[in-house]
Amino acid sequence: MARIELDHIRHAYGPNPKSDADYALKEVHHTWEDGGAYALLGPSGCGKTTLLNIISGLIHPSHGRILFNGQDVTDLSTQERNIAQVFQFPVIYDTMTVYDNLAFPLRNRGVAAADIDRKVRETLDMIDLASWADKKARGLTADQKQKISLGRGLVRSDVNAILFDEPLTVIDPHMKWVLRSQLKELHRRFGFTMVYVTHDQTEALTFAQKVVVMYEGEIVQIGTPHELFERPKHTFVGYFIGSPGMNVVPVEIEGKKARFGGQVVNLPGAPDMPATKGRMELGIRPEYVRLGREGMPVTIGKVEDIGRHKIVRTQLEGQEIAVILAEDEEVPADPHIHFDPKGINVYANSWRVALGE
Amino acid sequence: MLELRNVSKVVGGKTHLSDISLKLEHGTLNVLLGPTLAGKTSLMRIMAGLDVPTSGSLWFDGQDITGVPVQKRSVAMVYQQFINYPAFTVYENIASPMRVAGIDSATIDREVRKTAELLKLTPYLDRTPLNLSGGQQQRTALARAIVKNAKLVLLDEPLANLDYKLREELRAELPKLFAASGAIFVYATTEPSEALLLGGNTATLSEGRITQFGQTIDVFRQPADLITAQTFADPPLNIITIEKKEDLFHLPGDITFAVPADWRGMEDGSYVLGFQPHHLSFGPSEKDLFAMRAKVIASEITGSESYIHLAFANTRWAMLAHGIHELNAGEIVELTLDPRHLMIFDASGKSVTPRQKLAA
Amino acid sequence: MDKTWNNKAWFMVLPVLLLVAFSAVIPLMTVVNYSVQDTFGNNQFFWAGTEWYAEMLHSERFHAALLRNLFFSFIILAIEVPLGILIALNMPRKGWGVPVCLVLMSLPLLIPWNVVGTIWQVFGRVDIGLLGRTLSMLGINYNYVQNPLHAWVTVIVMDVWHWTSLVVLLCYAGLVSIPDAFYQAAKIDGASRWAVFRYIQLPKMNRVLLIAVLLRFMDSFMIYTEPFVVTGGGPGNSTTFLSIDLVKMAVGQFDLGPAAAMSIIYFLIILALSWVFYTVMTNYDAER
Repeated sequence: MARIELDHIRHAYGPNPKSDADYALKEVHHTWEDGGAYALLGPSGCGKTTLLNIISGLIHPSHGRILFNGQDVTDLSTQERNIAQVFQFPVIYDTMTVYDNLAFPLRNRGVAAADIDRKVRETLDMIDLASWADKKARGLTADQKQKISLGRGLVRSDVNAILFDEPLTVIDPHMKWVLRSQLKELHRRFGFTMVYVTHDQTEALTFAQKVVVMYEGEIVQIGTPHELFERPKHTFVGYFIGSPGMNVVPVEIEGKKARFGGQVVNLPGAPDMPATKGRMELGIRPEYVRLGREGMPVTIGKVEDIGRHKIVRTQLEGQEIAVILAEDEEVPADPHIHFDPKGINVYANSWRVALGE
Repeated sequence: MLELRNVSKVVGGKTHLSDISLKLEHGTLNVLLGPTLAGKTSLMRIMAGLDVPTSGSLWFDGQDITGVPVQKRSVAMVYQQFINYPAFTVYENIASPMRVAGIDSATIDREVRKTAELLKLTPYLDRTPLNLSGGQQQRTALARAIVKNAKLVLLDEPLANLDYKLREELRAELPKLFAASGAIFVYATTEPSEALLLGGNTATLSEGRITQFGQTIDVFRQPADLITAQTFADPPLNIITIEKKEDLFHLPGDITFAVPADWRGMEDGSYVLGFQPHHLSFGPSEKDLFAMRAKVIASEITGSESYIHLAFANTRWAMLAHGIHELNAGEIVELTLDPRHLMIFDASGKSVTPRQKLAA
Repeated sequence: MDKTWNNKAWFMVLPVLLLVAFSAVIPLMTVVNYSVQDTFGNNQFFWAGTEWYAEMLHSERFHAALLRNLFFSFIILAIEVPLGILIALNMPRKGWGVPVCLVLMSLPLLIPWNVVGTIWQVFGRVDIGLLGRTLSMLGINYNYVQNPLHAWVTVIVMDVWHWTSLVVLLCYAGLVSIPDAFYQAAKIDGASRWAVFRYIQLPKMNRVLLIAVLLRFMDSFMIYTEPFVVTGGGPGNSTTFLSIDLVKMAVGQFDLGPAAAMSIIYFLIILALSWVFYTVMTNYDAER
């Protein structure tokens, strides 16, 4: 397993990139720890797959270097980098048995037969497919096939990292749960460095220790799931993580107060205002909006009962504010809302500013 | 009204659909919920008239339409793959069903612009579908289905190939679009959360059978049987087999709970207890709560909540708890469960109704 | 009944039914009719029963032609299928080279049989043909009119030139349908070029290969025009295939009865062999 260093990496697909807009991946400069579980999260076209392919060696970056454990691997081929990858659609050798699928990468590398057998049996146990060893791989279900693609990586003891490219796309919801917890378990027991690309926030947050949120070719925030939820650095993170996303309201800041329309919200601290005062916004997640009889008066739009909680769409000064209500809570007759100070974030030109005392 | 009477479909000796009866009213949104291969697509193909049932019949507003081919029915369909005419602009794509129907250009123009506005496609009318994002391509396909003004609109996992956030946005918009048109909408999905967000009615499918049909939230809260409850649960429903003897539920590992008042009338015997992951909580027992211990397998943080995978007496449970709980694998945790949220199923899998609900 | 039915649909297939009736069923029945009768001209027919069939099945001339046919088809498949796969594997997958290659590959397929024959006949002439002259300048006494080996080689080269493209195009279609992820995974697994071919490309191509083998077998088994134009079945009988023999018998000698019986036998052999190919290959496919 390896520590992955991304040294000033940039990538453009076309020749002679000039402006920032020509880059599919703007500057990325980070170190990912050995044994860490990272998720690259973002909408289509944000550059997350480009970054993954740069790590796996399928793409050579236009600028910058990539290092595994301090060794420059920028010019090494995929094979030489010793990584494993699980793709969106299961890739299996369907004329082979499950056993042979797992043995394949070892046989290609000329490993001794006895070692192959031991490693393959170990891996089959790890991915829970021991009883399927002699079955043809083509008859398996999608989730079993994905486990085989994973197993082909795990079977090699020297892999530097395991990369996942939206691996649960074709898996039924129920099986996603099982596979995810098995992945977590494997990570805990064996400490692989894992990088997981997805557009699904639940997958990213539950899988990773650190989530890397990407937007328009840039990394906008790297943080624990908790940090991304509580303190989104950018309004995009607030919107993209959480269902529904963060409520964002344009405001005017006066010291420790935020004003919008006729309403005033007391902030937990005075924001550090940027030198050039830009567009100011207040962000609050639906989970931190309290619906009751006190606070700012709102009108109730739609109430969506989604089983374990309700999403209430309220209107405040012409702004839609989503509120989450617990399963057994009711919408009060004369509805008002107030913001829990814990959940208030202030943004200048979409980037979060610190709140002082 | 679209009515299916005892519809079955057997292909090459394999039963794809078995004895399906359904009544779908105009102006309603009906979700077909079930895992892959449960028969959702087979059922939609029969509703559309692409296939004929092996037995049973279809009725539309009192007319038998069983053998009527799709061209002669008023049906629109949207698929998981984004299907548009690649050589046409978005405008022509949306206009195509009306052109086929021979509607005059002025009306077509008005309708295309109106629908494009509704689906936020106005800026892209002159582009061809391949130059659009997946979300915009699927909006185009949806717009085409809407302008067709069909009496039956079938959507087969239309959002499955879209990004999570886009899915969330379209999901919120779709019911509004549907409500305006007055057609019968049928929407197939594998995701319970999608059914809940869409609302309307839900029919749960399992192995070619409809296990329950009713208002979405009712089916979710009061499943008629274990299969329905399991189909309609994400994360998976937690279950455990118990023995009821007189006033006690016996759980594996010599744990006993007093049978709550509402369930006292049940006969003694073997039952399955089911409950949703968010109904488990941490903490010491309080009065009237079931208390038990389980071993942590893994914990996952979603930001504001934690999913905890647990092992309890050879079964695996999931727990969804508010707040951040980073627990180590192997740790033993104390759990409580409010018996008000219990679902109980008898040996045949049928739901046992508590006395209180019988009275109500 | 699986699909909804539509009465109009029957009108749509009517022309095909009529066409098949005129082009296949009626001529076939005529041939069957000839094969069980004897004629001495003047439209006088006498019942002959299975006599012609028996004669044919015991005729050494027929056996020899049949053997030639089998041998020819075997060589054609043994050359064209591997060669076609090899070319398809080396064709570009994207860029401007794709249309260029596809057009070049399609060209031979667009040329009619007898033109191919004429082209090669001229091509191979020692006095004015490019190939013939070159060979004779190299000291090879190339003469397909007198040397049976040369005649065979000429017919085989002609067929390979004419039809390998078909195998190439079919294989290429199979190859481009393989998602990139498979090649990436193979790279990561450290698979050799051969392993990629054996475990990814070949399994994904086997359906189109089945079609290619069937088509090439049937076509090569029915070879007629090329040897007819170039060698006329000679020298001696060395390139007299069943079809050529058949025409000689029917048109040259006007032995309609034996010729008809031979046609029927010929037809049944092709049918049977095609069926065997098909079953063997689909079973093999299903087993895996």
